[in-house]
Amino acid sequence: MGDRLVHHGEATKKAARPRLAVFKFASCDGCQLSILNLEEDLLALGQALDIAYFPEASSDMKPGPYDIGLVEGSITTAEDAHRILSIRRQTKVLITIGACATAGGIQALRNWADVEAFKQVVYPSPEYIQSLSTSTPISEHVQVDFELWGCPIDKGQLLRVITDLIAGIQPRLPADSVCLECKRRGNVCVLVAKGMPCLGPVTRIGCGAICPGMGRDCYGCFGPSEGARKGPGLPPNTASLAKHFHGGLQLIPIEIMRRFRGINGYGSSFLAESNAWEKKT
Amino acid sequence: MATRPTTQFGTERTGICIMSIASEMRGILPTANLQRLLDALSAKGYRIIGPTAHDGSVVWETVRSVSDLPIGWRDQQEPGRYRLEQTASQEVFGVVHGPQSLKPFVFAPREPLLQIERTKDGFAPRQMIPQLEKVAVIGARACDLAGLTVQDRIFLNDAYRDPYYAARREGLFVIAVNCVRALSTCFCASMETGPRAKTGFDLALTEVDDRLLIEAGSEAGFDLLSDLSLSPAPQKLLDEAATRVDACGHSQVRRLERSRLPQALYDAHEHPRWDDVAGCCLACTNCTMVCPTCFCHAAEETPDLDHQQTAHVRLWDSCFTQEHGYIHGKNIRPTIKDRYRMWLTHKLASWIDQFGMSGCVGCGRCITWCPVGIDLTEELSALLVPASRSSVTSQQVEGP
Amino acid sequence: MDAEADSMANPYVIYPATIVGKIREAEDINTYRLRFVDEQARRQFRFKAGQFNMVYLFGVGEVAISIVSDPDEPALLDHTIRAVGRITKAIADLRTGDVLGIRGPFGQGWPLEEARGRNMVIVTGGLGCAPVVGAIEYILRRRTQYGSVTILHGVKTPQDLLYRERFDAWRRFPDTEVLLTSDQPDKSWSYHIGVVTELFELVSIDPPKSIVLMCGPEIMMRLGVPILIRRGIPATAIYVSLERHMECGIGLCGHCQMGPYFLCKDGPVMRYDRVAQWLGRTGV
Repeated sequence: MGDRLVHHGEATKKAARPRLAVFKFASCDGCQLSILNLEEDLLALGQALDIAYFPEASSDMKPGPYDIGLVEGSITTAEDAHRILSIRRQTKVLITIGACATAGGIQALRNWADVEAFKQVVYPSPEYIQSLSTSTPISEHVQVDFELWGCPIDKGQLLRVITDLIAGIQPRLPADSVCLECKRRGNVCVLVAKGMPCLGPVTRIGCGAICPGMGRDCYGCFGPSEGARKGPGLPPNTASLAKHFHGGLQLIPIEIMRRFRGINGYGSSFLAESNAWEKKT
Repeated sequence: MATRPTTQFGTERTGICIMSIASEMRGILPTANLQRLLDALSAKGYRIIGPTAHDGSVVWETVRSVSDLPIGWRDQQEPGRYRLEQTASQEVFGVVHGPQSLKPFVFAPREPLLQIERTKDGFAPRQMIPQLEKVAVIGARACDLAGLTVQDRIFLNDAYRDPYYAARREGLFVIAVNCVRALSTCFCASMETGPRAKTGFDLALTEVDDRLLIEAGSEAGFDLLSDLSLSPAPQKLLDEAATRVDACGHSQVRRLERSRLPQALYDAHEHPRWDDVAGCCLACTNCTMVCPTCFCHAAEETPDLDHQQTAHVRLWDSCFTQEHGYIHGKNIRPTIKDRYRMWLTHKLASWIDQFGMSGCVGCGRCITWCPVGIDLTEELSALLVPASRSSVTSQQVEGP
Repeated sequence: MDAEADSMANPYVIYPATIVGKIREAEDINTYRLRFVDEQARRQFRFKAGQFNMVYLFGVGEVAISIVSDPDEPALLDHTIRAVGRITKAIADLRTGDVLGIRGPFGQGWPLEEARGRNMVIVTGGLGCAPVVGAIEYILRRRTQYGSVTILHGVKTPQDLLYRERFDAWRRFPDTEVLLTSDQPDKSWSYHIGVVTELFELVSIDPPKSIVLMCGPEIMMRLGVPILIRRGIPATAIYVSLERHMECGIGLCGHCQMGPYFLCKDGPVMRYDRVAQWLGRTGV
C-alpha cells in the first residue's frame, strides 16, 4: 500500500515487471474495455507489465500477490464486500477505475430507493437475489491508493498513472474543474452560450472536456472537482452552481436534484447537493 | 502612392493617433470588396484567422473567404450569458468578440517547451520553439490589442524573454476593428484601452455602413495598404467613423473605478465582501481562461511508458486551481475566498506594481463567461466602500 | 542561427547534471552534489549564495532548490533536498552516477557581499533551512571578512534538529555563537527550552553593526522581526527567505506571487521592509 509502487531508482534499473490485476465488481465493464481500447499502447503495457489477472481479457488467471490492482465496479453484495478485503490484502497499489468503484456508480441510485421493491418488480423469483440494499464505493470498504474517476475512465489518464507507478513515481491526478480543460481546448462554454445546465464548473478534470467539445453539457461523470472523496482541497461550490441552474436557467428543484444525482450521485459533494434540492421538491 | 512614411512607425510597432495619420496611410474599401484585403494577405503568405460563428459564439478560425466571417450576426453579452443574434444587416464585424482574445495565438494554451530523450549521458533536450508562421488575425478589438500589449510586457520585456511567445508574436499581423457598438459588459472606455485601437495594430478597420475605413498602424500594414491601392477616405467618412467610435465609448454602461488603485484594494484585504463573492464563485477558472492578460501557466511531463521520451509541456493554469498556491505541506490559498481575492487583487492592484499597467483591459469577458455572472466592476465598487465589519476582521488577522 | 547561442537565450532549457555525491543529512533529507554533463555549461555557470536552481527529474518535473555550495566553486553544485513531494521523493531514490537536470541560477540570494564587515545574526526555525545553511558555510569559510556570527535555531522537538554535526562544527569557529532551542523538548535535550525568539534575550546584538538573515516559518518572522526592530535593528538590515510555489523560476508562471512580488525573481530572499505588509496576510 502506498503512493509509490517501487523506488524510482529501482525502476530505472529495470527490475522485474510489476504484476497487474484487473478486478470487476458491480459495473458494466466499460472501464475494463478502456484498457483494451489502449490499442498500440496495450502492447507496450503488456511488455512493461505482467498482466497476471484480467478475466475480461484472458482466461489465464494467475494467483496473487499483485503489484497494481485496478478495481472496477461498486460493492453491492455481501460476497463482494468480502472479496474486496481479500483483494486488498494481495495488492500493493490499489486503484479504483471509474465512477462505480470510486463513487458507487449509477447503481448507487438504489441508495435512495427501496431495493426490495425493485426486486419484486424486476425478477420473477426475487428470493434468489442476494443483494445489499446499497451500492458503495470501494473506499468505503478498504483503503484505496488512487482513484480514477469517469464513466468510463480516460484511458490516457490510466496510462499516465501506470507509467508513473512503473517508474516509481507517485501519480499525479489533477482535481481542477473541467472548465480549465474546456478553455484550453478552445471549446465554447455551453452553459454561458447555450444556457445548458453544465456540471463542468464543479466536475473534475481528466476527460478532455469531451461533452462540451461536442456541444453537450457535462453531466459530471468525472465526479466532483477538488475536495472529493480522497485527497486535499475543499468541496466544489455546487450550491452556487445549483442556485444558478434554478434562478438563471430556470431549472426546477427536481431537475437540479437529478442533475447532481447521476453517475456520481453518491460522490460526496454531489450527494449533499442532490439531497439539498430533494428537500425543495 | 507616396513614399513610405517610415518616421511614423520607427522600428517598433508604436502605433499612432488617428488624427495624425497621413492621408496615404488610410483608404476606403467597400465592404463588398473585403475579399481583396483577404486575398492581399494570402498573397503575402499569411494564414488568415478571423471570427467565425460556431457553437453559439464566435471562435477564431482560419478564414479564406469573407463568407466565413459572421456576416449579419451580433452578440449580446451580459453577466454569465452570451447569445448570437442574426440581424438583417450585412455587417461583417457586428460581433464584438467571442471567448478568446489574441492570447492563444501568442501564449498557446498547451505548448511543448522541450522534447527530451534519454541518452547514455542522461538525457538530451530539444527546444520546441515554434517555426515562424505568418498569421494575420482580422477582427481583433482595441481591448484585445491592449491585452497583447500587456502580454508583450510580461513575456518579452521582463527579466526573461520567452522565446516561444516571441516566435509566435513575430509572425503575428493584426487587423483591428474599431468598435462602433458596445456590449453591456464592455468597460474599455473607463480603462482607456478602447473602443478605438490605439497601438499595436498593423491595420485598423472601422465599419461604417457598407464601407470600411482602413488605416495602417505599422510598416507591414502600410505595405499591405499600398498593395490595395484604395481610394482616399473623404473627411465626411472619417468624421462619421470617429463619431460612431466615440459614441460607442460613451454608450458603455459599466466602468471600473481605478483612480484609487492599487492601494485601495490592498487596504480592502479584510473586507467582508470577499466572503460574499466567495459564496458565488465556483473557482472554475473561466475568468482567468478568457482573460486577455492572465499569464499563469503550469508545467507537465508526458513520459512514455518506458521513460525513454518525455515532453516538458506548459499549460494555461489559473490562480483558482488547488495546486496554484500549494507549497509542500500546505496551501497558501485553500479557500475560494483566498483565490478570488488573489485574482482580483493581482489583476487590478499588484499587476500595476509588477508591470506598471493594469492587468485589466476592460473587455468584460470575465463577466460574460463566468458561469454565475460575477462582475468584477461591481465587486471592486463594493470593495472600495469601507465596510463596518472590516474593523473586526482586521483585528482577527493580527492575532497570534 | 547559432544553435548554442540560441539555447543560452532560452531560459527553459534544462541541462543534464550527474550526481557525483549524495550526502545523507537526515532520514528524508539528502544533499546532492551535481556536475553538469556538458563542459560548456559547467564552465559558464555562475551563481550567488542563496540563489536557486530548478532541479529536474526526467519525466517527472522540476522543483526549485537553493544552491548550498560555495559560489567560488561553481563546477560542483550542492542541493539539499527534502523528500516531501512527488518529485523530491523520486529524487531521493537516486544514487551517485544518476542524472538530474538543472536550469538556473535564479532569484536573489542573501546580501553576503554587502554584509562584509558586519555582525551576522542568523535566525532559523523548523525543519531543514537549507538556504541559510549555504549562507552560514559561505560566511564561515570567509570568517575573517565578517564580524561576530550568531546562529539561533529553534525546533519544535529534538527529533526535528537536523545538521546537528554542522551546528557543532560551526560553534567551534572564533567569535561564533550557536544557540539551539526546542519548545517541546524531551529528556535528551541539553540546549535551551522555548521558541527561537526567546533566544534573542540571551545574545548581545550590536544593532547598527548587525545584519539579520532569517529562514523558517513565516510566523517566526512575523513574531520575531518586531522584537529585533525594538532592539534597534533597522528593518532594512533584516533579510528573510520566503517560500512559495515555483514552477518556472523566471517570473512568468505566476505561482510564486506574494503581494506585488514574484518570489522566484524578486526573492526568495527579500529585505524585510519590502515584505512586512504582506507577511501573515491570509492567502497572500
